[in-house]
Amino acid sequence: MTVPNTAPEVAGLAPELAGAKKGQGETPIASASERFTSYDVEAFEVPGGREENWRFTPMRRLRGLHDGTARFDGTAAIEVSAAGSADAGATGVPRGVSVETVARDDARIGAGGVPADRVAAAAWSAFREATLVTFDGTPEPVTITVTGPGEGTTAVGHLQLRTTPNTSATVVVEYRGSGALADNVEVVLADGSRLTLVVTGEWADDAVHVGAQHMSIGRDAVLRGTSVSLGGDVVRISPTVKYRGPGGDAELAGLGFADAGQHLEQRLLVDHAVPNCTSNVIYKNALQSVKGLTAHTVWIGDVLIRAAAENTRTFEYNRNLVLTEHARADSVPNLEIETGEIAGAGHASATGRFDDEQLFYLQSRGIPEDVARRLVVRGFFGEILNRVTLPELRERLESAIEAELAVTGA
Amino acid sequence: MSTLEIKDLHVSVATEDGAKEILNGVDHTIRAGETHAIMGPNGSGKSTLAYAIAGHPKYEITSGEVNLDGEDVLAMTVDERARAGLFLAMQYPVEVPGVSTSNFLRAAATAVRGEAPKLRTWVKEVKSAMSDLDIDPDFAERNVNEGFSGGEKKRHEVLQLALLKPKIAVLDETDSGLDVDALRVVSEGVNRYREGGETGVLLITHYTRILQHITPDVVHVFAGGRIVESGGPELADELEKSGYVRFTGSAVDAAVAGAAV
Ligand SMILES: Nc1ncnc2c1ncn2[C@@H]1O[C@H](COP(=O)(O)OP(=O)(O)OP(=O)(O)O)[C@@H](O)[C@H]1O
Ligand SMILES: [Mg+2]
Repeated sequence: MTVPNTAPEVAGLAPELAGAKKGQGETPIASASERFTSYDVEAFEVPGGREENWRFTPMRRLRGLHDGTARFDGTAAIEVSAAGSADAGATGVPRGVSVETVARDDARIGAGGVPADRVAAAAWSAFREATLVTFDGTPEPVTITVTGPGEGTTAVGHLQLRTTPNTSATVVVEYRGSGALADNVEVVLADGSRLTLVVTGEWADDAVHVGAQHMSIGRDAVLRGTSVSLGGDVVRISPTVKYRGPGGDAELAGLGFADAGQHLEQRLLVDHAVPNCTSNVIYKNALQSVKGLTAHTVWIGDVLIRAAAENTRTFEYNRNLVLTEHARADSVPNLEIETGEIAGAGHASATGRFDDEQLFYLQSRGIPEDVARRLVVRGFFGEILNRVTLPELRERLESAIEAELAVTGA
Repeated sequence: MSTLEIKDLHVSVATEDGAKEILNGVDHTIRAGETHAIMGPNGSGKSTLAYAIAGHPKYEITSGEVNLDGEDVLAMTVDERARAGLFLAMQYPVEVPGVSTSNFLRAAATAVRGEAPKLRTWVKEVKSAMSDLDIDPDFAERNVNEGFSGGEKKRHEVLQLALLKPKIAVLDETDSGLDVDALRVVSEGVNRYREGGETGVLLITHYTRILQHITPDVVHVFAGGRIVESGGPELADELEKSGYVRFTGSAVDAAVAGAAV
């Protein structure tokens, strides 16, 4: 299942800072258009941490997911249920949703995309069975819960979400629990279908999650994605969006709240290779920490508009809010345009600090410090959380964020 | 009836060359129902006094007392001071991205009043307070002070004064940066707030113009980190004519004061 390696000597190079580093005598940086991909873990060199696409990631905390030492001795259970229902299980699945457990050689596996880093390839090479959920018609919302394998163990996972033509569905994928997980999620949207996808990471403190999301958007299909990354020790998610036909529309919104010692990394690639498609990426991270520990967020936003992708409309946006000292937000937007015929393209990135002056101003109006911080964070994340249209879920996430704040807000 | 009492207040700021004393022995008492104007040259420490009363972390109180109705203000946190009834309209209001003005006002009113105002009456209250100050209703949805013009920020400070109804309000150059009409509107706002006679106003200004709208009971001259003279409204007129040279003895300060007028 190996896809031919098109060029780079070092596998998995990402294009960020391409312009910045070029000409400085360093190894040339591959463009996103030449990104190496393969289903086979052995096709990738073991990353040491200095490669472009790993340079922000704390490799020592990856529990060996990247270097072959992880034994994948655990299992990450995947359960599907009607959203909002307490009891999980395939029996509670609404009409229009079918859940299958399929073998590696199922013809549909791989329709979403191909791994672009060694951990995703390791997960792909190791999984035995995949969970495949098909949405047809206008089913009620579904929740898919992925539970980590447990503290001290490692697991791989494979999930594919697919729609039939003209379907309109909502699905929530919730990651919880402990342990280390490397997984691939394929999202395959049929022509004219629409999927609202919410992915939450409410991991336990010890959890490590390195995930790849492969989104394949059919003609005139619409993806509305929202990701909420709260828990875990190291969480690194790499969504890739590709369009199979014109008229596709993908919006990826996300938020992350990193506190003391946490590393949250989001690496997005939107690959425009067909005409008349739209992409909109909007990610926001808040960070807070305490002395001796660092909170770290990384956002990489690559948008590639290939020569054939005429009349593309794209915008990507990252904002980070640093609430305390001992926090670091890296943000690398990157727009590569290979055609002159685009409808609109822009990117923006900004990192701001909630500083003493702002706190003083709010407090000088009687607002206590903890309320002031809540006000600022709630306002900051509102734009993302408002996209979560399931009220119970949104409330739960809001209170989860406030609980995070309370940890060091005191 | 409230009283704010400042006794022998010394304040310094940390600089690269160690602590620098800015206030050296401010004595001042203001009671509800009174309006005091403080005038003084640039850099004399007027804003420092205002910030020290409000509790800005940059300023260190090295000695002295500040009491509100006998309560030790200096022992309170910034938000406790505001809830106790102190208010500072800042010379340079701070932008708070991500927080809408309406959410901010409601959070402040909730904190100061001790309970969340009823939504229906609150919306009306904010609307009418905004229209009193000629503030466009759209400002409610904008982030606090973000991108506001200088004059808009000042109006927004007075809006908060109107909604929070403090016992003692310090207005630090609220008149600077206002056009003629805005000055009138803002002064009317302050006067409405004074009307009840329940509140004291400490008005820091460089200009006698605002004193024609808001008549002070007492005018103080602030120089070299303390109050050096106090008198009636006529003192302001004298300052307007002759500057601060009589109080500072420095030609440079006089020039600065002259430029400010
Ligand atoms: N961090 C600092 N380091 C050094 N000097 C400082 C610092 N902060 C304030 N000062 C000085 O303290 C003095 C008093 O400042 P303050 O802002 O109180 O003056 P002011 O009377 O309000 O002046 P203005 O009329 O210009 O508003 C000024 O000389 C100022 O430069
Ligand atoms: Mg000043």
